[in-house]
Amino acid sequence: MSPDLPTQRVHTRIWLEEPEPDNDFATRAAFCAGYDVYGQMLGRTRWAEMLYLLLRGEAPTWAQADLLEALSVALANPGPRDPAVHAAMGAGVGGSTPASALVAALAVGAGQSTGAREVWASMGMFASCGTSPGAWEKALSRPEPTPAGVWPQPTAGDHPAGFEAHGTRTGGIVLRTLDVLASMSPSHCLPWLRDNRESIERVAGRPVSMAGVAAAAFTDLGFTPDEGEMLHLLLRLPGAAAHALEQREVGHKNFPFFALDLQDDPRGAA
Amino acid sequence: MKGPDLLVQNTDRMATRVGQAFVGTRAVFRGHDLHADLRHMDWLELYVFGITGRRFSEPQVRLLHAMWVCTSYPDARLWNNRVAALSASTRSTPALGISAALAISEATIYGGHPFVSSIDFLIRARQRVDAGEALREVVAQALSAGRIYGYGRPIAAIDERLPWLTGIAQQLGLADGPHHGIALEVEALLVARDPKLRMNYAALMSALCADLGFTPAQMHHFQVPVFLAGMSPCFVEAAERAPGTVFPLSCAHIDYHGPAKRDWPTPISKASRERP
Repeated sequence: MSPDLPTQRVHTRIWLEEPEPDNDFATRAAFCAGYDVYGQMLGRTRWAEMLYLLLRGEAPTWAQADLLEALSVALANPGPRDPAVHAAMGAGVGGSTPASALVAALAVGAGQSTGAREVWASMGMFASCGTSPGAWEKALSRPEPTPAGVWPQPTAGDHPAGFEAHGTRTGGIVLRTLDVLASMSPSHCLPWLRDNRESIERVAGRPVSMAGVAAAAFTDLGFTPDEGEMLHLLLRLPGAAAHALEQREVGHKNFPFFALDLQDDPRGAA
Repeated sequence: MKGPDLLVQNTDRMATRVGQAFVGTRAVFRGHDLHADLRHMDWLELYVFGITGRRFSEPQVRLLHAMWVCTSYPDARLWNNRVAALSASTRSTPALGISAALAISEATIYGGHPFVSSIDFLIRARQRVDAGEALREVVAQALSAGRIYGYGRPIAAIDERLPWLTGIAQQLGLADGPHHGIALEVEALLVARDPKLRMNYAALMSALCADLGFTPAQMHHFQVPVFLAGMSPCFVEAAERAPGTVFPLSCAHIDYHGPAKRDWPTPISKASRERP
């Protein structure tokens, strides 16, 4: 094997691999941001700590790891009514590949309404408004226009990021999640949201959503909006996986197929 | 209507104008019987009919075909094609590999974003020019707010696809639309500022599609499979190779420049929940 380094290389601050002496394609030891993953971390490190380390490049404090772990439990299963899980179940009933079930959940769960892009947008509001009621009032009453791109343009009547599109009051599971996470937060956004929820809901005209709570939690953990978006995609996959596997067993004959009202049937009204 | 009433109103049934499968008897596609009325339709024509609800002439459909053909590059180094090839190399499935390759094509520096952004800019620019503004001002304002997508290219300044697609558009009599004219004028203004800002495929395709009446949303859908024909060959060939032999990375390929090796900070005690 040539001792010369390849000219085409992957540049990373995250991961170092040391090869076995006789095979540069086999890993003897791997280090994440300097920490020996298989020598020191494995067996002593929690999943939430590893997630935090991968994205932030530093070990979390114990309080940060606790908060991320609690948030992971809250997000793990949006439930079969959630559009992302609904999509994954469609893969299950059809006998599609397991990966396609998660791809379906990711595609649907990526969106600006209840999905990871909503969390990204909500984190942007926490970043710009912080805990200033005046800034929130201004941002909620005059949303910034977004340039044309792959994400749909907001339309009049759209719900602001972090709030329920169709809610009338804050959901019980949202309230409970906000209370628990705010009590664990090492920072400001979650406690502020808990203490000012009702006033901010009045300004928004809608109740706070789970996406809004997740956005506050990711912000308190020091994640960027891009990191929060990615984590939201990732952390909601367990429920999608479980429901897809379950529906594969339940079968398509027992899965809703629903009805259409075709408006332009060439044979006339159905 | 606000709150759950809108959801209640929509449970279990959905009104639609795009179609329905009457399984076992027939299928309706945008108001037409798919088999009785549309079975001879060109597939791409059907695709754009599904997106726009409009029928296109034979020359227009040929131009739309050419847009896809001229950018079908079976080069496994390209990031989206590489996803297809890597999927085959790990013995994944074509649907997973190709759908992921299509998904990553909705990118910022190529593919989805430039197409949508470019047609949006060209349509707005034409409206403003028609209303009496100078194109120079429109361009200057757009540049002050950021970049104008559709000009410049990440790997090479020259876009070899342009003369071919332009030639086909000219042969078909579809090269003289107002948006194509605006796109060329914008190129002249940008190149005067920076010679690297030549028109690229996104601007040309967006201009020609705008001249066919596409909206930005319709353009967004139309461009989704634009690289597809180049992806499948990359998958097919990679599947014929030994597993794992598509651009394998050795440890030496990893250029690590993060923190030096250090000890994992085990808490002093679980009760303290503090790290040393």
